[in-house]
Amino acid sequence: MASLLLRSAATLIRPCLQRSNTPVSSVLLSRLYSDKKPPETDSFVMNTFLGRMNTTEVFPYPDVMSTEERENIAMFVDPVNKFFEEVNDAARNDKEETVPPEIMAQLKDMGAFGLQVPTNLKGLGLTNTQYARLTEIIGGYDLGVGIMLGAHQSIGFKGILLFGNEQQKEKYLPMVASGEKIAAYCLTEPTSGSDANSIRSRAVKSDDGKHYVLNGGKIWISNGGIADIFTVFAQTPVLNPATGETKDKVSAFIVERSFPGVTSGPPEKKMGIKASNTAEVHFDNVHVPVENLLGGEGEGFKVAMNILNNGRFGMASALSGTMRKLISRAVDQVSNRVQFGNKLEVYGVVREKLARMTLAHFVTESMAYLLSGNMDSGSVEFQLEAAISKIYGSEAAWMVADECIQLHGGMGFMTECGLERVMRDLRIFRIFEGSNDILRLFISLTGLQFAGKHLRAVQSSIKSGDVNTLFSEGFKRTKRVMGMSTVDSINDQVHHKLATSANQMAQCVGEFGGACDHLLMKYRKNIIHEQFLLQRLANASIDLYGMAAVLSRTSKSLSDGSPSANHELLLATTFCQQANSRIKTNLASLSARFDIELDSSMADIAKATTENGGVVSVHPLRI
Amino acid sequence: MASLRALVGCKRVIDYAVKIRVKPDNMGVVTEGIKHSMNPFDEIALEEAVRMKEKKIVSEIVAVSCGPPECQETLRTALAMGADRAIHVEIKGEEYQGLQPLAVSKMLAKLIQNEKVDIAFFGKQAIDDDSNQTGQMVASLLDWPQATFASKIETEGSDTLKVMREIDGGLEHIKVKLPAVVTADLRLNEPRYATLPNIMKAKKKPFSKMSSEELGVDIKPRLQVKSVVDPPVREAGSTVENVDELITKLKDVGVV
Repeated sequence: MASLLLRSAATLIRPCLQRSNTPVSSVLLSRLYSDKKPPETDSFVMNTFLGRMNTTEVFPYPDVMSTEERENIAMFVDPVNKFFEEVNDAARNDKEETVPPEIMAQLKDMGAFGLQVPTNLKGLGLTNTQYARLTEIIGGYDLGVGIMLGAHQSIGFKGILLFGNEQQKEKYLPMVASGEKIAAYCLTEPTSGSDANSIRSRAVKSDDGKHYVLNGGKIWISNGGIADIFTVFAQTPVLNPATGETKDKVSAFIVERSFPGVTSGPPEKKMGIKASNTAEVHFDNVHVPVENLLGGEGEGFKVAMNILNNGRFGMASALSGTMRKLISRAVDQVSNRVQFGNKLEVYGVVREKLARMTLAHFVTESMAYLLSGNMDSGSVEFQLEAAISKIYGSEAAWMVADECIQLHGGMGFMTECGLERVMRDLRIFRIFEGSNDILRLFISLTGLQFAGKHLRAVQSSIKSGDVNTLFSEGFKRTKRVMGMSTVDSINDQVHHKLATSANQMAQCVGEFGGACDHLLMKYRKNIIHEQFLLQRLANASIDLYGMAAVLSRTSKSLSDGSPSANHELLLATTFCQQANSRIKTNLASLSARFDIELDSSMADIAKATTENGGVVSVHPLRI
Repeated sequence: MASLRALVGCKRVIDYAVKIRVKPDNMGVVTEGIKHSMNPFDEIALEEAVRMKEKKIVSEIVAVSCGPPECQETLRTALAMGADRAIHVEIKGEEYQGLQPLAVSKMLAKLIQNEKVDIAFFGKQAIDDDSNQTGQMVASLLDWPQATFASKIETEGSDTLKVMREIDGGLEHIKVKLPAVVTADLRLNEPRYATLPNIMKAKKKPFSKMSSEELGVDIKPRLQVKSVVDPPVREAGSTVENVDELITKLKDVGVV
């Protein structure tokens, strides 16, 4: 189901980016309004698009580790922390633009290259939650090393872990788990970034059927210069048995550096995460044995998206670690630095920043472990939650780094202070592994597509004279118009001290569903062209999931009597209050004439600027 | 000499990075909810034993810790770093509060005899109470030679250790006949990090638990703690304008 939706949402995004009425749109239309029974899911975010509150995967906050798993991870935390505190030197790695060999060797000994590979294949067999906990430590110290390790196992060989057959797993996983061989994920090409289906690399089966002959060039490949095992995506001609037509479809392959024809370029110069290697990888008539096809022929897009989707939770946890450390730095600064006769900590402008930073961290951390917990308990449809965590985490961390530097004043701008490196390292997180802009469209369109199917089903059953449906839908709309909550209260699932926030969320879910309903009714299939609206809808969705995550986590802390429960209560209620008003503003702006006109002005400004080849307004001095 | 049996004392102490707080009743320091880890000098002692095992000088390493159930974590770390077996002498509650170096030394001496140990390794002192007594007392109870504050250890023949000690004004080289007690100084080595695969493997290593009664040792305290207080807060200094003022000030406080 997840893969189907992923694929269809990607097909949704393509035409909306191209802004054309290609045949794809009509495929989409038929899908959006098909008469088939609408799909059901327990994804919290997906259901909000219908104005439904499905809390199956949100409450209670997941507690998925066995006693043994908990013991193990507790044992791991200290040595990993100590290694990054005492041995690894992030500033040096950044300056030398590499991870030194002795650090690589120690990371390999430590087991850091095969955290989630099963133990019988030389890995540590960690769950997603355990993995998240370790990435949090690494994210706190060195994002460059984090990316090197993440590019290796979170995406590099993840495809083998998720889609490999037994032979492929047995052959490749032990060597990558030990770090003897480094892995890389090769998707991006010069003409194919966010639009992954448009890759031009091609692999054609040889006449004897034993090989695929792979040709193409990949760019900006993390670990591209140091990897030996590549997960490569390329178009393959696939025969449709029904129509007899042959069409190019993406397939995934495991390619070894030792195959003749594989070359990589010099390390790219980058803004941040400099310690990690980024390079071009070229395939020139590379003979890839057929047994190295990963997943089925033509299944490559699904493989590619699932790998990214499965890796996003680790970004949220790593960035929680980064923020935790940045907040410690900020606290250190404001509780020591004296200006105008007082420590900075007493000033309102300082407190406002520190509070905002703390809230951003709390929300990201709550999302990260909610998501990893859901994944560990077998949820398969978490792509919207994963996308939200990636967007929220990367933007939160950027803001926290920015404000941390601001609190340090001129000192923060100095390289020696160590904060500018973190900020440079963080910049890429809003771009790679699905840019935040594309992911926002992905969230809105996937959700609306889901809602559209249900809407269609409702319409057809009303048409066929089903009075119950007519009544319940009509009743729901009337309630919404009257400002009443259309969503059942979740007070039985949320701690009573959070009742007000829970009611805010319930009301927001109802209004969110109403807004989606409105968009689908008003724009129908053309909603895919309304990116201004889709973006604001996604922002509301992100806030909603944030509310759910903090309410769930805080409810658990309150019931468990956690020592920080009262502080969490303060954080959760504060965030929900803020999110509540942001959501209301965003939703109102989807239909208010004033906002729609603004959108069109904004579009006009951009158009004029583009047409003029830059700023249109003449210089105020006329010189 | 490939068959030496080693025992390493691994004390669980408040982590070196934690800010110590005195209890309100001034009878000790706050330990509840505080991060603990293996005494860093014991880590160095253990590392030395592991290196000797890697050089095939030592055949088996037994790690021992006396204290509350949480000591098991400390011993798991020891096993992950390379110890072969662990023995936990469980001492809880008030008995643990009153546990003093002499009692620990008696238990360790007993275990050393039971386990037919040839070299007993300890940290030169623990960073919590800084007693610097256990190694010496164990040697005395067993009537063994002791090489304390070791900063380099080599073997000579099959029954002698050459130990370098950093002392005031230089280095001292001594020889001790085995069996012997060795206590580790800071610069003896840099302990390794427990790797994640080794932590997993350590879970399968033999782990035994016993009580002080089983060892037949009376662990009642012989010293009484009168009070525990924070060190005095350093008073702020002041800046002097010139040398004359400095001399006057120094004379005022009677130091010149």
